[in-house]
Amino acid sequence: MKVDEAKKYHKIDAVVVGAGLAGMRAALEIAKNGRQVAVLSKVYPTRSHSGAAQGGIAAALANTSEDSPELHMFDSVKGSDYLADQDVIELFVHEAIKTVYDLEHMGVPFSRTEDGRINQRPFGGHSAPRACFSADVTGHVLLHTLYEQCVKHHVHFYSEFQVFSLLIDNDISRGVVAWDVRNGGLHIFHAKAVMLATGGYGRAFKITSNAHANTGDALGLILECGLPLEDMEFVQFHPTGLYKHGILLSEAARGEGAYIINNQGERFMKNYAPTKMELGPRDLVSRSEQTEINEGRGIDGKDYVYLDLRHIGKQRIMERLPQVYDLALNYLNVDAITQAIPIQPTAHYSMGGIPANIHTEVIKDAKGTVVKGLYSAGEAACHSLHGANRLGTNSLQDAVTFGRIGGAYMSEFVKANGYENLPANPLDSAQAKISALMDGKGKERYSPIREELQASMSKYAGVFRCEEEMLKLKKIVKELQGRFKEVTIDDKGPAYNLDLQEAFELGNLLSFSETIVEGALARKESRGAHYRNDYPTRDDKNWLKHTLAWKTAEGVKLDHSKDVVIFMDRYPPQERKY
Amino acid sequence: MAKVKIKVKVLRYNPESDPKPYWKSYEPEVEDDSTILDILNTIHWNIDGTLSYRRSCRSAICGSCAMKVNGRNILACETSMHQFKGDKFRIEPLPGFKIIKDLVVDLDEFFAKLERIRPYLILNKSIPDKEFYQSPEDFEQIVEVINCILCGACTSSCPSLWGNENYLGPAALLKAYRFIADSRDDGADERVDIINDRNGIWRCHTIFNCMEACPKDIKITEYLSRLKVKATENSI
Repeated sequence: MKVDEAKKYHKIDAVVVGAGLAGMRAALEIAKNGRQVAVLSKVYPTRSHSGAAQGGIAAALANTSEDSPELHMFDSVKGSDYLADQDVIELFVHEAIKTVYDLEHMGVPFSRTEDGRINQRPFGGHSAPRACFSADVTGHVLLHTLYEQCVKHHVHFYSEFQVFSLLIDNDISRGVVAWDVRNGGLHIFHAKAVMLATGGYGRAFKITSNAHANTGDALGLILECGLPLEDMEFVQFHPTGLYKHGILLSEAARGEGAYIINNQGERFMKNYAPTKMELGPRDLVSRSEQTEINEGRGIDGKDYVYLDLRHIGKQRIMERLPQVYDLALNYLNVDAITQAIPIQPTAHYSMGGIPANIHTEVIKDAKGTVVKGLYSAGEAACHSLHGANRLGTNSLQDAVTFGRIGGAYMSEFVKANGYENLPANPLDSAQAKISALMDGKGKERYSPIREELQASMSKYAGVFRCEEEMLKLKKIVKELQGRFKEVTIDDKGPAYNLDLQEAFELGNLLSFSETIVEGALARKESRGAHYRNDYPTRDDKNWLKHTLAWKTAEGVKLDHSKDVVIFMDRYPPQERKY
Repeated sequence: MAKVKIKVKVLRYNPESDPKPYWKSYEPEVEDDSTILDILNTIHWNIDGTLSYRRSCRSAICGSCAMKVNGRNILACETSMHQFKGDKFRIEPLPGFKIIKDLVVDLDEFFAKLERIRPYLILNKSIPDKEFYQSPEDFEQIVEVINCILCGACTSSCPSLWGNENYLGPAALLKAYRFIADSRDDGADERVDIINDRNGIWRCHTIFNCMEACPKDIKITEYLSRLKVKATENSI
């Protein structure tokens, strides 16, 4: 099939790529400010993976016990293993409270306290019950409410549009080129401002809680434009992934009192986090689990342990954790009221991503030089709010708060600025990718390459890492990148070509995975979710630094000159114990 | 766990090249605890890349993969092959919608109907500094209906919709209920006005198909009946 020319040209103030919580909250803000905004999403907005978040959204409302933004800040700084930028956290914990009330006023149905206020539950690493929740479907109700608000405020949705290239020239963003998945054909979106909010990229791993759609497309495109990614080595493994499937069982289960036990029936977290027990932070609980498994204390000696809800009782399980109950029943045929649920660590959240400043503007170097007109928020971005490890319920809050902040700055930007010219031949890059996959003569199929990437990343860049294994992984990724050039697809047609979409996504997975491996190889310390068997301690002397990674013709280029923002008088790094 | 060979028929259709939909047979080898989505993935990734379908979260929350299998509307991702007798599977797109390609249907009208019932909180009161108060009992009124994932399984299963494409359908009506029953909302009367006509709530003939199709086990028919009561009260 030929794609010689754009099927349609759109000129619009702002384009948001991705229709999860961050993207839709940004779009809503822009629309409320009276500007034209288009949201491009490869799925229908209500299908975005923000909807799979279950447990809650963090804000120090102090509705069920004493709490304060300062305490929220301390917990987040400590949870991040001191790699998060503290100026970002400070803004975040105060804005979080406004964000939640704003969401409630929009109509988000929150579970309630006896006196009719938003209910809050405990969550891992938080020292007060801070997770505002709606049973265990919090992300789902937030996503649907934001979609409904966007409908109300006339946001233009382009559902099932896959962005194939970013139009960036001379470090100025000028728009994007997107493939109309349903009908085929490329569209040019000429915009003053673009926000990248494509979410996480857990699909680089075999066992993951992430959706099929979570392939980090914007990250691949950023690298292609010669721009860097930040802190890619920090990938969070969630301790309660449904065995074999990796599907998330909410941390809310532990918030409601669930135990994690090994084959001795022992609540082994007492040996790793005696104070917080199962409510230790995710990196710590996942490592503890993997250690139990590696030392032969998995159930039946296999690679899983149990999440035990039985003592919580049927009534509370069905009232507070209905989704957890259904998932265990439908996928593993386990009745959580009477049986323990097999779990294992699952690749869950990416702390790293597209480097962006506190206003969500994308930056291109360690000095913080801004790419004009380009913004990023949500899991795709790295602000850096979560540092080396994110606390549960801070992600939904991150997405909505920085979506809102980003939308406000974008509104100002499009008011003050005109349209930049499109680059010459704007379709070239997208066309080249499509024609390579459709018209190529290579004999490779994309699915075995993806399978090998995912298996290798899980095996060699998972909960525990070491130099020897990651050098192997580096070679594997290189080889797979080579094979990808020989991929052609079965489906040559324009209409709903899933083959084209999956092959394009694999290109992105292969591209940014290399930066995860190189970042992890270079960081010779253990911090948060990044654990090196060969460097098992945190090294504050050398590594209170962010990683920036570019792709160049010679391979990945790293820069470690971007310092972490630390308020030494208030939150100096200290040993992290739970 | 072992591999088994199964027989799958998929209703294929590409409007660009096929005069009409046709059944195509596959015999994939799959793990014996596969879901319907696993089966489709096996076919798409290993046998026939031209097969198109929607899927994303694979944990029954995004609503992408509603389709009809052996006569029942289900979510492919959460439905194990063991929920069907035997080793034969007939997989087809959700009925009642236009096919875009294979198992992918056009949901534009489905979402447009949702917009018609004004699916957002309508407020005549002033916004408080903190949250609106809502008692746990009032929250209880909506706790089940907020689980709707807009997968389309209910609307697609409704004979009233097959007979009249202008009918709002159960999903949009359920969304109307979600806001009408929300103690914070002031827009109940205008929403009841919208649904109180022959293509609205009265087109529901209490057939219960929607309830049986709902992957979230929402008692849709019951909520639609409550809307009929409300519409009647408003008319008197």
